[in-house]
Amino acid sequence: MATTAALHAHAPQGFIRKYIFSLDHKVIGLQYYFLALVAVFVGMALSLLMRIHMIWPTAVLPLIGEIKPETYLSLLTMHGTIMVFFVLTTAPQGGFGNYFLPIQIGAPDMAFPVLNMLSFWTTFVGFVVLIAAFFVSGGAPLHGWTGYTPLSALPSAGPGEQLGADLWITSIAIFCIASLMGALNFITTTLDLRAKGMSMMRMPLTCWAWFITAILGLLAFGVLLSAGILLLLDRNLGTSFYVPLVVVNGQIMAHKGGSPLLWQHLFWFFGHPEVYIAILPGMGVASQILSTFSRKPIFGYKAMVYAIMAIGLLGFMVWGHHMFMSGMSPYSAFAFSVMTMAIGVPSAIKTFNWLGTLYKGRIRFQTPMLFAIGFVSMFVSGGLSGPFLAQPVLDIPLHDTAFVVAHFHLIMGVAAIFGIFAATYYWFPKMFGRMMNETLGKVHFFATLIGTYCIFMPMHYLGLAAQPRRYSQFTEVAYLHRLIPLNEFITYVAIITVAAQFIFLFNLFWSMKKGAKASDNPWEATTLEWSTATPPPHDNFGGHTPVVNHGPYEYNVPGAPRDYIMQTDPVTAEAH
Amino acid sequence: MATLSPTIAIKDVRPGRGGAGVRPPAGGGGDGPEGGGFSDYGARLRRARLGLIVGLTSVLMIFVGFTSALIFRQGVPTLDERTGQYIHDWLQVNLPIPLLLVNTFILLVSSVTMELARRQVTRQAALAPVRSIPGVSVGDERGFPWLYVTVVLGLGFLAGQWMAWRELADRGFSVATSPSSSFVYLLTGTHAVHLAGGLVALIYSSAAALLHKPVEARRIAVDVTGWYWHVMAFLWIYLFALLWFTR
Ligand code: HEM
Ligand SMILES: [Cu+2]
Repeated sequence: MATTAALHAHAPQGFIRKYIFSLDHKVIGLQYYFLALVAVFVGMALSLLMRIHMIWPTAVLPLIGEIKPETYLSLLTMHGTIMVFFVLTTAPQGGFGNYFLPIQIGAPDMAFPVLNMLSFWTTFVGFVVLIAAFFVSGGAPLHGWTGYTPLSALPSAGPGEQLGADLWITSIAIFCIASLMGALNFITTTLDLRAKGMSMMRMPLTCWAWFITAILGLLAFGVLLSAGILLLLDRNLGTSFYVPLVVVNGQIMAHKGGSPLLWQHLFWFFGHPEVYIAILPGMGVASQILSTFSRKPIFGYKAMVYAIMAIGLLGFMVWGHHMFMSGMSPYSAFAFSVMTMAIGVPSAIKTFNWLGTLYKGRIRFQTPMLFAIGFVSMFVSGGLSGPFLAQPVLDIPLHDTAFVVAHFHLIMGVAAIFGIFAATYYWFPKMFGRMMNETLGKVHFFATLIGTYCIFMPMHYLGLAAQPRRYSQFTEVAYLHRLIPLNEFITYVAIITVAAQFIFLFNLFWSMKKGAKASDNPWEATTLEWSTATPPPHDNFGGHTPVVNHGPYEYNVPGAPRDYIMQTDPVTAEAH
Repeated sequence: MATLSPTIAIKDVRPGRGGAGVRPPAGGGGDGPEGGGFSDYGARLRRARLGLIVGLTSVLMIFVGFTSALIFRQGVPTLDERTGQYIHDWLQVNLPIPLLLVNTFILLVSSVTMELARRQVTRQAALAPVRSIPGVSVGDERGFPWLYVTVVLGLGFLAGQWMAWRELADRGFSVATSPSSSFVYLLTGTHAVHLAGGLVALIYSSAAALLHKPVEARRIAVDVTGWYWHVMAFLWIYLFALLWFTR
C-alpha cells in the first residue's frame, strides 16, 4: 500500500511489471478474462465428451479411448467446477468488473492494487491446482461440482476420490481466498474512490451489480471456505463432521456420527448466492447495453437498483430449495419455498424494466445489443422453470433429472455467458482500440442463440420423462429408450454450437490486430469509460480526475443538442 | 446546488460521508499521481480502515460457518452399531481452563498495549509537521516501545495456545477423538492462524519504523493492525465462551 503512490506516478516499464505482475486494474482485468477464456474452452471440451458418452457409451475416442463410467463422473465434476468458478465467477466480476468499475466511477485504479494483483494470481494458482487433479493417480474427483458428502469425504469411495478430491477441495479453498480479496477491493473501491459528483445513485447499473456481487461474495465465500476446511479435516485427519457410520466395499469406515446434511447446508448457503454472483454482473451489462442501444434511459433506474439489492438479500434465505429431497421438515420446506417464490418478484421487476427500456426505443441491432436481448431471453426461459422447482411437491420428481439441468444451464450457464459475450462485444473497442467484426458477430450470435436453445429446451422434456442427471449410462435402460433420438439431437447440436464458438475466438483475436479503428465513443454511450481515450491511459483519465454532472443513462433528453448527454458533460442552462 | 464554476454545477450530492460525493479532485488518494501531501494520508487511512472492516467481515463469516457447523453437529444423533440405538457422540472436552485463562489475560493485555502503540504513532504523526518547523522542539517522541511489547505478548499467546493443545492431547483429546474436540482444535487453530497474520503485520509495522518509513505510512499500518488485533481479542473471548458452553 505504501508504495502505490510511487508506482502510479508513471506507468511501469518492462514486460514483467507491465503484463505479468501488473498492478494496473486494466491489465489484471484482462488477465482474469483470458484465464476465463482458457477455462471455458476446457470446460466446453469436457461437456462434449460427456454428450458423446451419453449417446455412444462404448465408443472408442481417439487419444482418450473408451470413457468409463467413473471417467464420465470426473468429466462432470470438472466441467461444473471449471464453469461455475473459473468462468462464470471469474470473467464477469474479475474480468470486466476489474477493468471497468474504476473507470466507470472515475477512479485511477482499484483501492488496493497490490491486493488486486494477488487475487488474480491466487485465482490462477487455484485453476492450476484444479487442472492438476486430472493428472494425479486416480484422476479427477467424481463428486460433482456440489461435492456432496460422504462421497467427497472418503478417499476409498472411488478412484478420483483420492488425491484428486484433495486437489479439488484445495482449489476451491484457494479460489475462496482469491474471491474474498477481490470482494474486499471491489467494495472499498466503490465506496471510497468515486469521482466528484458520482453519487451512488448516479452509478451505472454495471457498478451496482459488481458492488452487490462483491458483497454476496464477501458473505458467501467465507462460509464455503469453512465448509471446505471441515471436509479436508474429515478426509485427512479422521474427524467426523460430515461422515456417518458408513460401509464402503464391505469395510466399516472409522468415521462416525457426522452428517452429510451439514455439508449440504453449508454448501448451499454459499451455492445459492453463488448463482447470483454469476448472473448479477450480466444483469448490469444487459441494462447498460439495452439502454444505450435503445437510445432511451433505462426504465426505472431506482427500481433496478432496489431489485438488485432485494435479490442479494433474498438470495441468502433460499438455499434450502436445493435440499427438498433431503428429508427436511415440511415446515422448513414451506418456508424455503415461499422465500424462493419471493425472489421471483425482483427478478420479474428487472425483466419488465428491460422490456420497458426496449419499448418504443430507436433500437440499434448491433452485436452487443443482440447478446443483451439474448441475455434477457435466456433469463426468462430459464427463470420460468424456477418457480416449478420451488414447489417441494413438484421438485421431488424433478430433482436429479435433466429438468434441473435445463433450468440452471439456461439461466445461469447460457444467460451469464451471453452477458460475457455482450460485454466483450460492447467493451472490446475500449479495451483494444478496434471494433470487432459485425458480420462475424451476428453469425456467432444466431448460431449460439439457436444452438443453446436447441440443446437445453429439450432437456425439460427429458427431465419430465424422468431421465436422471449425473448417470453415466442410460441407453440400456428400457424406459429411456425412446429418448435416445432426442439425446442424439442434443449431442449433434452441441457439437455444432461449440464449433461456432471458434467464430468468436477468431473474431476476438483477428479484430485485435485487423479490426477497424475505434473512436473514443463508438456506441455514443454516456458513461465515464467513453469519455476517456481508447484504450484508456495508465491512470485512466490522463492526469485529471473527471467531474460527474449527470446520471448514467441520459439518452434522448428533450432540449439537449445530441441524443445523449455524457456523465461528464457540463450542466447547461437549457438542461435545467 | 453548489456552483463551482460558471459552467460546472454539482447537483444531488451530499457532503461526503465515507467518501460519497464531495472530495476535491486532488484527493484521489495514494493512487493518484499527486502522491505525498497531508490530506492524502487522511484519505488513505480512511480507505485502509474501510478495507479492514470489509476484510474482517469475511473473516467473521468463516467463524459464522464454523459456529453453525458446531451447533448443527452437536445436535445430530448417531447410530451406535453395538446397541442399534441413537446416541449422542459429543464427549465432554476436559479443557485446560487455567492455562486458557492465562492466555486470555495475555491477549487482553496485548490488546491494551496495542492500543497504546496505536495512540503513540497517531500522536507522532500529528506532531510530524510541527517537528519539521526549524527551531521547534517537541521533545523526543520515541516513548515506550509498545509495539514490540505487543509482538512479544502475541507470541506469548500463541505459545500458550500451543501448550494448551499439548495439554489437551495429554488428556486424551486428539483432533479426531470426538466432534467436540475436533471443534476445539479447529476453532482455536483458525483463530491462531488469524492472530499470526496480525503478528506478521505488527512485525512489518515495527520494521517500517526501523526502516524510517514516513511516520504517516507507519501510522496507517499500525492503526489498521491495531483494530484488527482488538477484533481478534474479542473473537477469542467469543470462541472461548462458545467452547465452554458447548463442551
Ligand atoms: C425465479 C428465480 C429462481 C427460482 C425460483 C429457482 C429455483 C430453483 C430450485 C428450486 C432449484 C433446485 C432444483 C433441484 O435441485 O431439484 C434450482 C436449482 C438451480 N438453480 Fe435456480 N431458481 C431461480 C433462479 C436461478 C438463477 C437466477 C440462477 C443462476 C443464475 C439459478 C441457478 C440454479 C442452479 C445452478 C441450480 C442447480 C444446482 C445444482 O443442483 O447443481 N437459478 N433453482
Ligand atoms: Cu438456488
